[in-house]
Amino acid sequence: MAKARLSPVRTIAAHAVLITYTIIALFPVFVIVVNSFKSRRAIFAEPLALPWPEHFDLVGYQTVLRQGDFFLYFQNSMIVTVVSLFFVLLFGAMAAFALSEYRFRGNTLMGLYLALGIMIPIRLGTVAILQIMVEGGLVNTLTALILVYTAQGLPLAVFILSEFMRTVSDDLKNAGRIDGLSEYRIFFTLVLPLVRPAMATVAVFTMIPIWNDLWFPLILAPSEATKTITLGSQVFIGQFVTNWNAVLAALSLAILPVLVLYLVFSRQLIRGITAGAVK
Amino acid sequence: MGSLDLKSVTKSFGPVDVIKGVDLQVAEGEFCVFVGPSGCGKSTLLRIIAGLEDATAGDILLDGRRMNDVAPAKRELAMVFQSYALYPHLSVRDNMGLALKQAGVSRAEITAATDRAAEMLSLGALMDRRPAELSGGQRQRVAIGRAIVRRPKLFLFDEPLSNLDAALRVATRIEIARLHRELGATMIYVTHDQVEAMTLADKIVVLRDGRVEQVGSPMELYNNPANTFVAGFIGSPQMNFLVAEAVGFPGQTVGVRPEHLALHPIGTKSDGWIEGQVSHVEKLGGETLVYVHTIPHGLLTVRLFGEQDQAVGEPVGLTFDRLKALIFDADGMRLG
Repeated sequence: MAKARLSPVRTIAAHAVLITYTIIALFPVFVIVVNSFKSRRAIFAEPLALPWPEHFDLVGYQTVLRQGDFFLYFQNSMIVTVVSLFFVLLFGAMAAFALSEYRFRGNTLMGLYLALGIMIPIRLGTVAILQIMVEGGLVNTLTALILVYTAQGLPLAVFILSEFMRTVSDDLKNAGRIDGLSEYRIFFTLVLPLVRPAMATVAVFTMIPIWNDLWFPLILAPSEATKTITLGSQVFIGQFVTNWNAVLAALSLAILPVLVLYLVFSRQLIRGITAGAVK
Repeated sequence: MGSLDLKSVTKSFGPVDVIKGVDLQVAEGEFCVFVGPSGCGKSTLLRIIAGLEDATAGDILLDGRRMNDVAPAKRELAMVFQSYALYPHLSVRDNMGLALKQAGVSRAEITAATDRAAEMLSLGALMDRRPAELSGGQRQRVAIGRAIVRRPKLFLFDEPLSNLDAALRVATRIEIARLHRELGATMIYVTHDQVEAMTLADKIVVLRDGRVEQVGSPMELYNNPANTFVAGFIGSPQMNFLVAEAVGFPGQTVGVRPEHLALHPIGTKSDGWIEGQVSHVEKLGGETLVYVHTIPHGLLTVRLFGEQDQAVGEPVGLTFDRLKALIFDADGMRLG
C-alpha cells in the first residue's frame, strides 16, 4: 500500500518515534515486574538491574500468596470487572441502538444527557452514592461496586456505540423487518456482530479503570470478603513501612487477568474487522 | 391478488414535506416503475408502501385492505435493496429461507421453496456460501431469490442495479423482466435511471419534489409528455427545447427529440432553418450524437443513425419534424 511514497528515512523516523513511545509506556510496567523478583535490598540498591541470580528472590510472591485471601481478592476484582463490563456493553449498546435507530422527540437531548456523564466524574457524587448504598443495605457487597461501575462506564459506551451504529446499513435492518425479525433479533443478530470492533474498544476502555480503581472499593466495599485486588495490595503499604516486595509482586500478578481479557477483546476486534459486512 | 392503491399519501419529516399527496393505482401483475431525480421522494414512497416508514396522512391499500397499521412482515411483500442487505452471518440458503422460518413454515417446505428459487436464478452451486464469498452480481441474485421465496403479493425493488457494473446491470435487468413474466407478480421498482424505467415498466410514475408529474406507459410518456419536466427526464439523450417564438410556434418552448432533428450542410437553406456550429461529436457506432451550438436555442443534440463524420466547429443548418414537435406554455405545461 503506497510503497512508492515510503522512503527509508521516513520509515526509520516513524519507527524511532513509535519505539520511543513504546519504551516510555512500558517502562513503569517493566520496573514493577523486574523488581517484584528481587530482594528488598536489591530493589533499593539497583532498581533498574535485572533479577540476576545474586538478587533473585521470590519473597514478594511468597508473602502475597501466604496472605491467603489474595485469591479471593482476585476473584472479587474479576467478578466486579466482568459483570460490570457485561452490563455496560449490554445496556450501552441497547441505548446506542435506540438513539441511532429510532426517531423520537428529544432524541438529541437524550444523547447529550447521556454523553454528559463523560465530562462529569462520577466521584463527585461519592457521598450521595454512599448514602444510597447505606440506605439500600448494599455497603460491603460486590453489587454496590458493579452498580457504580456500570453507571460510570455507560456514558462513553453509549457515545461510541451510537456513532458506530449509525454506520450499520439501514437496508440490512429493514430487510430484517420485512422478513419478520423482531427489533431484538435485529439488534442482537444483525447489528451487534457488525459493531463488534467498537464493542471491543469500549470493553477495553471500560475494563481498565474498573480493574485499577481504588476509590470505590475503599469507600463502598472495604470488608475482607469484598476487597478487590487493588485494595488488597494496600495492606502492604503502611504509614511507616512499606513491603515493596509484596506490593510489586501483587501488582505484577494483577496485570495478568487484564492482559488475558485484553487479548480476548483484541482478537474480537480483528475478527470484527475482517468479517464480511454488507456490499 | 397484488393490487396496490395509494390514496393522498403524504409524508413529512418535521417541517419538511417529502411526499406531498400521492394518488396511485397499480393493478395486479403490473410492473410499475417510480422514476425521478434524487431527492424526489421515490424511495421514501417505496418505504411507506413497505411499512418501513409511516405515512403522515393518507391510506395504503393492498388488495383493498388498509395496510397503514400493519407491520412490514405481515404485508405479504418482499423487498430487494440497493446494497443487497444480505445477512452476513447466514448462508445463501438461510438468507433466502429466513422469512419463511420466521413465519413458522416447516423445514421441508422451506427447502423446497429455496431450491425452486435457486433454480430460477441458477444459484444452486452457491447455496452453502456466505454473502462475503459472493460477487456483487451473485449477491443481488441472492437478494432477489430471498424475495421470490416468500411468494409475496408485491415485490418492491429499491434501485437494485445501482451497485452493479454496466454489463451485469443489463443482464440482471433482463433477469428481472423474465421473472416478472414467469411469476406474474405485481412489482414496484424505484430507479433514477430512465433506461431501466423504459425497458422494464408497464407503467412509469414520474416523481418530482414529492409529487406525481405523470403516470403512463413508457411510450406514452416518451411521445406524449405532460410537461417539460417529464419531456426532459424521459428519453436519452434529453429532448431539445427550442424557443417557440424563434421557430414560429405558439407557446413558450418547443420540444424536439434528438432523432427528429436533421442536419444539413450550410448553403442548402430551407424554411424553419436553425443555424449553428457543431461543438462536439459523440460516435457510438450504431448512432452518432452531434451537439450543435445555436442562437437563441443554446446547445441542441442531433441523433444520427450510423457512423457520421462531422467536423467540430463547422457551421451547419438544422431542420426538425414539425409534426412531432411538442409545444409547452410558460409554466412548462403541454399545449394542444
